[in-house]
Parts: sequence; C-alpha cells; structure tokens
Amino acid sequence: MSTDPEKTLRYHDMGGLEAGPVDLSEHDYALWEKRVDALMVLSTSRGLFTVDGLRRAIEDMGPDAYETMSYYERWIYSVNRNLIEAGAYTADELAARLQAVAARGADYATCSLAEPGDA
Amino acid sequence: MPETAVRVKTWPSHGLHVRTPRYLRGKCGVIERDLGSFPNPEELAYGLPGTPPRRLVRVRFTMAEVWGAAAENPADTLDAEIYEHWLEPVEG
Repeated sequence: MSTDPEKTLRYHDMGGLEAGPVDLSEHDYALWEKRVDALMVLSTSRGLFTVDGLRRAIEDMGPDAYETMSYYERWIYSVNRNLIEAGAYTADELAARLQAVAARGADYATCSLAEPGDA
Repeated sequence: MPETAVRVKTWPSHGLHVRTPRYLRGKCGVIERDLGSFPNPEELAYGLPGTPPRRLVRVRFTMAEVWGAAAENPADTLDAEIYEHWLEPVEG
C-alpha cells in the first residue's frame, strides 16, 4: 500500500485543480431526479445508511463517473449500492425489478401499468 | 481551543473516504471555533458506528498559505471544518 499521499488520492478530490470556467446555468429537476432525492431521505431516515455512505460510494466510482454521469445518476448508483450493502434488497431482486420495469415500455406515455404476468 | 495554531496532516487516504481535502493537507491555520463532537464520518461511510465521536473545529487559513504565489488576495481567509484527528499542533 502506497504511503505517498498523491498516489492515494481519488478523482473526486479535485479542489484547487485547473477546472476552467464554472457553468452557472440553472435547470429544473426532472421527476426521476426528485425521486432519487426522496429515496435518499427515506433511506437515511430509516437508518439504512448515512450521507457519508452516499459520498463514499460516489467517490469509489472513479473518473469515468465524473466525466460522463450527471449528479443524480451518480446518486442513484450510490443509493442502490448502499441499500444492497444494508440488506434492503439483493442484487438479484434488483435485476428482476429492473427487467420488469424495462418490460413496461420505453416511456410512461405508451406503457401499460400492468406488470408482466398480471391477469 | 480557539486561536491554537494547527497543521493539517498529510496522511495518505489509502483510497478511503476522508473528510479533509487535498488542497489543505500540510497547510497551517488557526482554530477559529470549536463546533462540538460528532460520530466519525470516515467510519459512518462504511456502515460503522463512528465511535468514539470526534471533535470538529473550524480552521482559518490565509489564501497565501493555501495557494502561495497564486493567491489573488493573499490576506483573504478561507475557513474549513476539519476533524481533530486530521490536525496536529504547530511547533513554536
């Protein structure tokens, strides 16, 4: 294990580095982004994990996540990881649920609300 | 202990979640106020209880100390909240 502080830094720790101009534009949050925020509030209020765990899992994601994913995309990755670690559900249960959601269709305007297999 | 001179440790993070940014490591400042004790966030991050609690203090740095010759306004100050285990006393 390296004892060189520079070698053990992680990508998120970028304060003070060259960054170019700051994008000050505002934007409205999408519904899914508000839901991710709500899921974080519910998770922490039930004691499943803390904001520290949220940060830790995001920091673990590495440079690609910071270059290609949006703020709440990183959040949902981290919330999901922390909930699996906390035993709220299993990776298998998540995979099955995502498959069921995908089967509803590409968007809510055209999907059926019935789950696959419902009578 | 307000007004105590402190230096931020240069510990490596070992790739773990730490609550002290790189740009302050090794820099010297003065404790501006004591903020009380809190569960250690560097343990909470891994689902651990974060005990014993760690004291959190606000440390005031000059821009000259943090950014050196690159500081636009060297006498301006920057406050950062840092846990006690990341601070060491400044000799003399």
